[in-house]
Amino acid sequence: MDLLEYQGKQLFARHGVPVPSGEPATTVDEAVAAAERIGFPCVVKAQVLIGGRGKAGGIKIAKDAAEARQHAEAILGMDIRGHTVHEVWMEEASDIAEEYYASIVFDRSAKAPLVLLSKEGGMDIEEVAERDPGAIARLHVDPLLGFQAFHGRRLAYEANLPADVIRPVGALLQKLYEAFVAEEAMLVEVNPLVKLTDGSVKALDAKVTLDGNALYRHKENEALRNVGAEDPQERMARERDLTYVKLDGDIGILGNGAGLVMSTLDVVAHYGGKPANFLDAGGGSKAEAITSAVEVILANPNVKAVLFNIFGGITRCDEVANGLVEAFNQIKPSVPFVVRLDGTNDKEGRRILQEAALPNVHAATTMDEAAQKVVELAR
Amino acid sequence: MSVLVDKNTKLCVSGITGREGTFHAMNNRRYGTDVVAGVTPGKGGQDVEGVPVFNTFRSAVEETGANTAMVFVPPPFAADSILEAADAGIGTIIAITEGIPAHDELRVFNHLKQAHPGTRLIGPNCPGVLSPGKANVGIIPASFFKEGNVGVVSRSGTLTYQIGNELAQRGFGNSSIVGIGGDPVPGSSFIDIIALFQEDPETELIVMSGEIGGSAEEEAAEFIAEHVTKPVVGYIAGVTAPPGKTMGHAGAIVSGSSGGAAAKIEALESKGVRVGRTPTQVADIAVEILQD
Repeated sequence: MDLLEYQGKQLFARHGVPVPSGEPATTVDEAVAAAERIGFPCVVKAQVLIGGRGKAGGIKIAKDAAEARQHAEAILGMDIRGHTVHEVWMEEASDIAEEYYASIVFDRSAKAPLVLLSKEGGMDIEEVAERDPGAIARLHVDPLLGFQAFHGRRLAYEANLPADVIRPVGALLQKLYEAFVAEEAMLVEVNPLVKLTDGSVKALDAKVTLDGNALYRHKENEALRNVGAEDPQERMARERDLTYVKLDGDIGILGNGAGLVMSTLDVVAHYGGKPANFLDAGGGSKAEAITSAVEVILANPNVKAVLFNIFGGITRCDEVANGLVEAFNQIKPSVPFVVRLDGTNDKEGRRILQEAALPNVHAATTMDEAAQKVVELAR
Repeated sequence: MSVLVDKNTKLCVSGITGREGTFHAMNNRRYGTDVVAGVTPGKGGQDVEGVPVFNTFRSAVEETGANTAMVFVPPPFAADSILEAADAGIGTIIAITEGIPAHDELRVFNHLKQAHPGTRLIGPNCPGVLSPGKANVGIIPASFFKEGNVGVVSRSGTLTYQIGNELAQRGFGNSSIVGIGGDPVPGSSFIDIIALFQEDPETELIVMSGEIGGSAEEEAAEFIAEHVTKPVVGYIAGVTAPPGKTMGHAGAIVSGSSGGAAAKIEALESKGVRVGRTPTQVADIAVEILQD
């Protein structure tokens, strides 16, 4: 789960990572009132889960209340690369002397957190890595040992930071690591990490991705989910405990098991179709889950045809068939369905569908045949 | 021969008294797996359809000689259960549980590596291991597979069934089918399992089914080029997956420029591994090689 900048900063602050002070606002009046409490100059920052906010005009400095109002009016409701701004973060302006980069990533390959530090901040780190790989200091931390003070010094020296920030940056990294572990993050990124003209260091930006599987023991983080930024079908699916990802095509997809569903999307694309979604109905899906899933798929107005690709293991094909019949009773879909049922109780499932004689439902016996059929029907 | 589970497997099921745990433990026993024990704290002394239940893994191992564990407990308790099984000296731990926090997996992986280097963890978030005709540990629907010479290793359950079924329809069976799971920190990697298949005399061909996220497939490609003499056929799911979205499996995510399907396919093909573009093509390629 990705956090907005200000949510990330509030999370950092809980662990002692220094951040500029500020307040979130969802209306222009709230924004102006916050600016007056913070004082001027004050920065108005769009809160969206996408990069490139500055270039898109989503970050502005206000020197007085009138400017704060003007900027908040322009930024709230603005579209930044497909993301509508529902919230701004009003922040005290920082006197920046230098910009660095720091992050901690969950390195799956090394099976350890990887801490990165660079003197070159404020730009895309992947570009820095390509242009000058030596400019990034890297260190894997043994998760059973944790981040030690010398790790911070080693990184700061290896990144060639100026002598006066070696200790404060090292200390900041240690606190950042504490936040990474305590909040069970998959990524924390500070870009830029700034040295102010008074010599202190602060996290001027925050990008945080939390592990969705760990949210059950971090209720305060679960509450940070940005419901407003969520796609309506994705929210609907989440509320029904379905694993759904919206895509930009026109063929609705339902399958069981993440790998099989991903593969189904690929096979549909292989035959020239465009999937409208990923939907994993999960192992052991009961009829109600299938009915619910059909509703989610059809809530996307772009869907012109739907493919069910089921290979039953724990999932029983008769349950899937019953769920589909029930969905047709309840919502009477107007688009064609192609259904491929294989595996546990497949004969029973196919018999149920045949007897129900649902309008515009086509049976297919293999995954390839099913994909080809649904691509034709969506044309 | 086969890998990981066979007639010598003595299985202890953690979570055997739960609904799913009982169902699959009994399914595994019906298949012929020697299910010797279960573990549920507080229910020691009871039995599940004749299988004795113990309070701790340690007592289960002492009393029954269990050498393999299947972990079926919910995510908040799963890491603890894996560590307990390792502490009791279990050599092969197969963790079915989906949804274990990634930081728990990180601690478990590193602890096992440091303190129990001889213990092998399969999963979590995996369908288990099936050696057709010998033993089934996990939730793989065994009826679709028969004995044979194709070793399958996969990050996905149902995709494995799809590929295995296509092979069976063409008359080919499996030495073992190993689900390594869809999480960010699998206990065993493609490399670990491919190395076992390379040593297994019954396995003539290896199918590896990967997906987006991480770099385990790229690492496997390097390993195959250097250490594997048996033919390997690959598959990568998620070619059409958009970046930044988790595609069902916690580990299936393209992050920035890493973890994409195209790079994985290229890495494998550059090392001489033939990669099918659909599960059907994978089966076709495997059959073509086996019939050569």
